[in-house]
Amino acid sequence: MNKSKANSKRIVDLLINNAIIIILLAMVVFVGITKDNFVSQGNFVNLSMNTAVRFIVAVGVSGCLIVKGTDLSAGRIVGMGACIAGTLLQRVDASNKFFPNLGEVNMLLVLLLIIVICGIAGLVNGIIIAYLKVPPFIATLGMQTVVYGICLVYTGASPLGSFRSDYTAIGTQKILWGWLPYLVIFALIIGVAMWFLYNMCRHGKYMYAIGGNEVSAEVSGVNVKKTLIIIYTLAAALYGIAGFLLAAKSGGATVNSGDGYELEAIAACTIGGVSTSGGVGKISGILLGVLVFELLKTSLQFLGVGSDYTYIVQGVVIVFAVALDIRKYIAKK
Amino acid sequence: MAEYRLEMLGISKSFPGVKALDNVSLKVRPGTVHALMGENGAGKSTLMKCLFGIYKMDEGEVYLDGEKVNILNADDALHKGVAMVHQELQPIPQRSIGENIFCGRYPMKKLLGFMPVVDHKKMYEDAAELLKEVRLDFDPKAKLGTLSVSQMQSVEIAKAVSMNAKVVIMDEPTSSLTENEVEALFTIINDLRDKGVSIIYISHKMDEILRISDEVTIMRDGQYIGTWESKNLTTDMIITQMVGRELTEIYPKKENTPGEVVLEVEHFSSIHPRSFQDCSFKLRKGEILGLGGLVGAQRTELVEAIFGMRQIVEGEITYKGKKLKIKRPADAIKSGIGLITEDRRGSGIFGVLSIADNVSVASLNQYLKMGFVLNHKKIEDLVKDNVDKLSIKTPSSRTQIQSLSGGNQQKVIIARWLANNPDVLIMDEPTRGIDVGAKYEIYCIMAELAKQGKSIIMISSEMAELIGMSDRIVVMCNGRITGEVSGEEATQENIMSLATKFN
Ligand SMILES: Nc1ncnc2c1ncn2[C@@H]1O[C@H](COP(=O)(O)OP(=O)(O)OP(=O)(O)O)[C@@H](O)[C@H]1O
Ligand SMILES: [Mg+2]
Repeated sequence: MNKSKANSKRIVDLLINNAIIIILLAMVVFVGITKDNFVSQGNFVNLSMNTAVRFIVAVGVSGCLIVKGTDLSAGRIVGMGACIAGTLLQRVDASNKFFPNLGEVNMLLVLLLIIVICGIAGLVNGIIIAYLKVPPFIATLGMQTVVYGICLVYTGASPLGSFRSDYTAIGTQKILWGWLPYLVIFALIIGVAMWFLYNMCRHGKYMYAIGGNEVSAEVSGVNVKKTLIIIYTLAAALYGIAGFLLAAKSGGATVNSGDGYELEAIAACTIGGVSTSGGVGKISGILLGVLVFELLKTSLQFLGVGSDYTYIVQGVVIVFAVALDIRKYIAKK
Repeated sequence: MAEYRLEMLGISKSFPGVKALDNVSLKVRPGTVHALMGENGAGKSTLMKCLFGIYKMDEGEVYLDGEKVNILNADDALHKGVAMVHQELQPIPQRSIGENIFCGRYPMKKLLGFMPVVDHKKMYEDAAELLKEVRLDFDPKAKLGTLSVSQMQSVEIAKAVSMNAKVVIMDEPTSSLTENEVEALFTIINDLRDKGVSIIYISHKMDEILRISDEVTIMRDGQYIGTWESKNLTTDMIITQMVGRELTEIYPKKENTPGEVVLEVEHFSSIHPRSFQDCSFKLRKGEILGLGGLVGAQRTELVEAIFGMRQIVEGEITYKGKKLKIKRPADAIKSGIGLITEDRRGSGIFGVLSIADNVSVASLNQYLKMGFVLNHKKIEDLVKDNVDKLSIKTPSSRTQIQSLSGGNQQKVIIARWLANNPDVLIMDEPTRGIDVGAKYEIYCIMAELAKQGKSIIMISSEMAELIGMSDRIVVMCNGRITGEVSGEEATQENIMSLATKFN
């Protein structure tokens, strides 16, 4: 009798701990049955493309979260990546070109340039956090504003469009009879590379160690400062790539591209099991978190919920997810 | 009045993969000190956490003064008269002593006849009264954080007294106290006992147990073994019951021969004038060097500075004939120096990480392919070897370290440094919280390392261990080195006289 009681308790626990995912799956099934277009190639591809860009941002933020930090500059750095791409990859014959005399620039070169410039922003974040010991929340909040300012100065706040077709192709084309967007391939490669880094490399172990106990990490010979700097730099480089892809996908870029992505990314990470108290988090979980978030948005859209209301639901889900995460932690006792 | 103040009957508690308590009983008489003993991981802390409402037991009943009680949480336990003095349960260091004692149940008064406010005057008067009871001569308005560990413990006891606790639990209360502080604690314990309070006392220190306790309950592997009157017990009997076999020797035979000097520390002076100053000593190859002194002699600070964790204004290290610059622990580790820190929670364990990660973290540099990819196969073997060598009690090496018992966590940290295999290993209180059987195993490992030509610096506040294991003992007092004695000549007396030179 006692055993069955313990078993049923365990099942209840399992249900509560995964409540968000369960509720969401139920909703998806419901929407899938009641709305015709929900289960369709178009919607699937659309969803996967949205997920791809946000997943890259979330993977970047996850490193910062695992070491008990955060990165509020993520969204603005995505915007910076988008703006740089937008200014350098316009059609040669476009009217209103940002650099009127610019010829065809090699796309790979542009991507590398974005990675470097955004990486520098992350490097500065890392140095300020590691050496000056400014709390990550504040340091990256400052960077958020600075990067936004830089984008305003650089673009003069003018929207950018008329991109080259080989560039927009990256953001819109698909292979495998239209099922597999290039964007998803990008996200997959990055996901696998980051999984490898987190699980198979020294850097990953050091990252989890710092999140687990920074002092112990230092005493165990971990170069904490260097590891933190790498984490923030790498994160920003990923935001840059996400920005490059985002502009290609939407066919335009403004200083407000990527606005608010950091909060979505942090929320997705948390839903995916990256612990807010550090040291815990898996790439697979992050993917799940992003997927949950995007599914939520799409489902609400299909249900005809206005976008104003969608914000309210998203906000509730974020807090609810963190509460459940902490519940898991307390229950461990 | 019931015969027993507290009865815990048939208590069972399982965690995923472990049955921590299996039908355990504990009966404590009023006005007695009841020692609870057992090896690391025997389930002592778990039993107490069940009693105090931190864990929920799966099965079993608790009676207080013959009445069945159901303790829901720590707060409920306090109100029912059960208090726990816990080192890790640090209250609020930024607030005053008085506020800490009365936190959550401040004496109130009515301002202007209707507005309830905290009656600070009464609170501090009452607090002063309570502090007197635990013989603590402190202003109740002082910040709690300004007190030493033992004084904070006394405050916790004062809090227990103020709640009219019938049962006070003390889980390894003396593990970081100086001898004088232990004496002070024992005085308080005796006072409490005279007032009729029952005390449950957990410790791995045999001499303390025999001195302070009236009865002893022994546990092994989550099971109840028996209860005896202390006056009928000897250390050997306790050990036999705890371990389940006889332990004939306390220290292994040492077969090491100290050779040439490997490490020379010269004129080490802290940036803090009241910490260590002008400390110089030598360490030989294959030598076990004891660092003796009272708690507070700045031994920890000195070795942490050598390891690059603390700043110095002056000082040189010559290592294997070369000057060595150590700016951070990573530098020391690269040169082949390791340090097992004293503060297990603060600078030892990675709570949420697995045992495997905790063991391997300091050795990853030795198992790299292409400079950054890890050789997982080799790392797994390394972890397994060392977990086995120290017989760490765990369901698997994937288990989170925070779910291990205190002593087993300590063993994991030792395993970390065995895995790293440094030439010089500094061990700061290596056997703190470790049971007698495991202590012997650790001594054997130390002896073996020394025989292989590794050098060890051991800080220990346990005089017997220091004398039993060291080839040579350097003694500190108030941040200065006051002398050294060889292992053969060392006695309690000559070490004590060096350790108290400036007092
Ligand atoms: N939160 C937990 N989760 C999982 N297992 C646990 C947890 N707490 C304790 N255990 C397990 O229960 C057993 C008993 O642990 P406990 O801490 O009670 O030992 P102990 O007798 O206090 O040992 P020590 O002398 O080392 O402090 C151990 O095997 C431990 O791994
Ligand atoms: Mg314990």
